[in-house]
This record gives sequence, structure tokens and C-alpha cells, in this order.
Amino acid sequence: MSAGIDWVASAVFGMLLALVAAIGFVASRWKRADLHAIEEWGLAGRRFGTLITWFLLGGDLFTAYTVIAVPGLIYGTGGPGFFALSYAALTFSFAFVSMPRLWSVCKRHGYVTAGDFVRGRYGSHWLALAVTLTGILATIPYLALQLVGVQVSVAALGIGHTSASIIPLLIAFGILAGYTWKGGLRAPASIALVKDVMIYAVVLTCIIYLPLRLGGYSAIFRSASIALAARPHPASLLLAPNQYLSYGTLVFGSALALFLYPHSITAILSSSSGAVIRRNCVYMPAYTFLLGLIALLGYCALAAGVKVASSSDVVPALFVKVLPSWFAGFCLASLAIGALVPAAIMSIAAANLFTRNIFREYIDRNLQPRSETLIARAMSLAIALAALCFVLLAPPQYAINLQLLGGIWILQTLPAVVLGLFTRWFHSVALLAGWFAGMVVGTSMAVSQHLTAVYPFHFGTHTISAYAGVFALLLNMMIALGGSAFANAFPRPRQDETSVEDYISA
Amino acid sequence: MKNRKWLWLLLVPWVALLSVPLYSRSGPTLFGFPFFYWYQFAWVPLTALITAIVHRKAR
Repeated sequence: MSAGIDWVASAVFGMLLALVAAIGFVASRWKRADLHAIEEWGLAGRRFGTLITWFLLGGDLFTAYTVIAVPGLIYGTGGPGFFALSYAALTFSFAFVSMPRLWSVCKRHGYVTAGDFVRGRYGSHWLALAVTLTGILATIPYLALQLVGVQVSVAALGIGHTSASIIPLLIAFGILAGYTWKGGLRAPASIALVKDVMIYAVVLTCIIYLPLRLGGYSAIFRSASIALAARPHPASLLLAPNQYLSYGTLVFGSALALFLYPHSITAILSSSSGAVIRRNCVYMPAYTFLLGLIALLGYCALAAGVKVASSSDVVPALFVKVLPSWFAGFCLASLAIGALVPAAIMSIAAANLFTRNIFREYIDRNLQPRSETLIARAMSLAIALAALCFVLLAPPQYAINLQLLGGIWILQTLPAVVLGLFTRWFHSVALLAGWFAGMVVGTSMAVSQHLTAVYPFHFGTHTISAYAGVFALLLNMMIALGGSAFANAFPRPRQDETSVEDYISA
Repeated sequence: MKNRKWLWLLLVPWVALLSVPLYSRSGPTLFGFPFFYWYQFAWVPLTALITAIVHRKAR
């Protein structure tokens, strides 16, 4: 990267950001309703049809950080980093079976969060609190990473990682906070369309233009392979046999985890029917395919001889190195805008959780809808601010590490939330114990490996290396199963405000 | 859902993509993509297709 600011790219970047800000503010008037009800502010009145849900889910799940992190991972590790493609395909078949049931029961009972559902299903505020805290904890570093996405795009304009780069970050944050406060979930939904069109344009151009410039995909794979092998810690395009299980468990665990995140559940609950969700699970893999091609940008960067110190700089540096200025500006702007959509949904989702499952549960049980929405708005601002401080005060590696832990944590809510959609057999105390054990074991496994996802489990002379989240989930499940079997041996009336037909939607 | 049997079909992509030793190979290549890459790419539309079939049949 040459020194000095790229003015052409910066001008394009600035104009696009201003355009999106304008759209976001106009959006609060869209499908107008009483924004003083939390179902309107936080779930946009559960009214989004197939098309809007498609853009919203796409903007929500395939975040700017994904566009930066996945190629960065491939650039750094080679083949083992490619698991993102497989899990992003499988996650939709998982969602196809489970999410319409969640939508249906939530619609029937007016639930806004996974915590609401767990509270109603098991009648246990402790289990609901566990799900809520896990959700909020997993969301904040994820949100911080979106702001890191804005930061690295700005830095690539030539401003660098200096104090001046804080100003564009603050502007982006102001847009995010302002339109979320005003429009709630409608705001990210309206710019999701713009964001997706821009990202599509970027990716399609890159996958046509870059191979042409770099001599085709076989040449790209060949030079990437040579570059990876020449590293101090040599890497490869393929997996070593001792990486098979860790790769498979990362695919498995991540596919199950994605739809447990509060921002995914918020997008699911905002759709207008179970059929909308099922249809979207069929169409969403179009994004997955795109994600796979984006991942290969990591190899394009290796082939183009991009050399960066931090893996989050790979994609922005590639854009600046090989694309004309104005288009590099367009690409970087689409990354920054792409960060705002999921960031808004994440702050709304975490705010909904706090308001419904902490404030209303423990502080004021007779909360009026108007004040409930006001608290959610204030919380969304507070959560976004916490993420901003995170980005400004801590090195980006902290957010990356915590996001890794977040994935392990959110996976531990699977038994309570997803299995709870199919059966009431599990006992809430057993689920809580399983959750707790999973959280502790998963966290300590990752920490013991200096915050990496894969844990080598030793027994006797054997070593099994697999994703720590899956190890933790196994333990969690064993405790939940064993504890429930024990508790069910002493039959007692179960608390459950839902009934079988609540889960079946049109 | 009427035809619940069809839901079992959804397991096929899981088996295909979790059988890692089966596809962690470089050949045969397709359009310059090593097998490891194009196999996983191919399962994206196949997963969507299978989900679409289940969606149709199990309705």
C-alpha cells in the first residue's frame, strides 16, 4: 500500500456512505406503524415477506466481517480455513427443520426473543436468563468485529491505522446508532438491499476480473500453494489427516450455532410466516456459494503477492492493490455498509433480550409497551457503544478471540432452545446444568489452547483434535440427557404454557 | 407436515460434507479447482436442491 490518502477512492466511499445514511433515515417511515411497541421497533411487526427476509437474512448472516475474516483465514491457514463454505450450506437445512417451529410458537405467544420462548416453554426464569446472557455475551464481540470491518476498510483508503481513521469510524457509528434508534429493524432491512446489491457487484467483478488478471484459477491455486508452503509454518491447500476431525467438527458445530445467535433469531422472527422461512432456507445457499468465492479471495491475495501483517487487512489490501481507485473505493464502501446492516440487527437483538428477559423479568414486571420500547432503544445504543469502546480501546485480536469464544458459548444454548422446539422431555435444571458445564469446559478448552478453536483431547496414547464447541456440546448433552432421565423418573406436573399445535405453522 | 419420511433426505448433505477424508484430495480438478474445493462448492446447490425437494414433498 502506498503512503497517502487515495482521494478518488475516498470520495466514492464518502458518497456511498452518505447515500446509505439517507436511505436508513427515510426507512423509519416505511411500512409505517406505531414504533412505540417493541414488536414494531424490534421485529418490524413480523411482517417481512420472502424477498425482504432474503435480503435481511443475507445481510445479517453474511456480514462484512465474514467477507474480511474468511479470506483472511484462508490466506493464513490454507485448506483448514475453508470450512465456512460447508457449514454455511448445512446451516440452512438445519434452519429449515427448526426455525419455522420457533417462528410459529413465538408468533402464537408474542415472544420476541429466544429467552421469552425458553421462559414460556420451561417456566424457568433461570434457564431463560442463561440463554439471554449467553446471547448478549456472544453478540457484543460479534458487533465489535463489524466495526473492525469498517475500521480496516477506512484504513485501506490510505488513512492507515492512525488517529485520523477514528473519524470515519465515528461517523459510521453515528449513522448506525441514529437509524437504529429511529427505525428499529426497519432501518437495516431497508439498507440490506443496497448492501447486497453492492456486495454482489463487488464479488461478481472480483471473481471474473481477478482470475483474468492472475492467470485463471489453476494458476491462482498453484501460486497460493507455493506461497503457503514457503511459510515459516508451512500450510497447504488440503488438509492433513490429523485435521479431518477438527475440520468436520468445525463444520458441524458452526452449522448448528449460526441460527442460535440472537441476530439470526431476530431476523427469523421478523418474517411474516413459517413458509417465508422455509422458502428462504431453499434460496439462501445462493449467498453461501458467493461466500465460497469470497473465501478464495484469500488465495487471489496470495497469488497477487499481497503481504499484510494482520489477516483482517488481506481483502482491503487486495482491493487497493489490483483494482482501479474508484472501484476500490466502491468495494471498500460496500464492506463498510455491509458492516452496518448486521451491526444494527445485532444491537437490536441484544437490546430485545435485555429488555424482555432481564429488565422486565427482574426490574419492572409491569412494564408498559411504550417504556419497554424506550428501554430497548436505549439498550441498543448502549450495546453499540460498548462495541465501539471495545474497538477503540482493545486491539482487534481481543474481539476476534472473544468472537471465537462467542461461537462456543452460543452453541451451548442448543439443547434448551432447539431441542425445546421438538420435545418437553428435558428438565430445566438438567438443561441449566448442561449449559453451565458446556460454558465452563468450552471456555477453558479454548483458553488452554491460547484461544484457538481446536482442542487436542488426550486419553491414553490417543489424541483427538476437534472443535472445542462440539466437545463442550457433547458434555452439555450428556448432562442434559442424564439429568432429565433422572428427574423424569419422579413424575411431577410440568410447567409449559405452549401446546403441540403452537409449533406447527402454515 | 404430512410426509415426514422425506425429512430424512435432509441428512444426505450432512453425510456428504462431514465425510471429510473422502474429499480432502487434490484430484480430479475441475476448471482449475482442486477436488477438495469443487466438491464442497458442488454441495451448495445440491443442498439447496434437496431442501427444495423436501419442501415440496413434505408440505
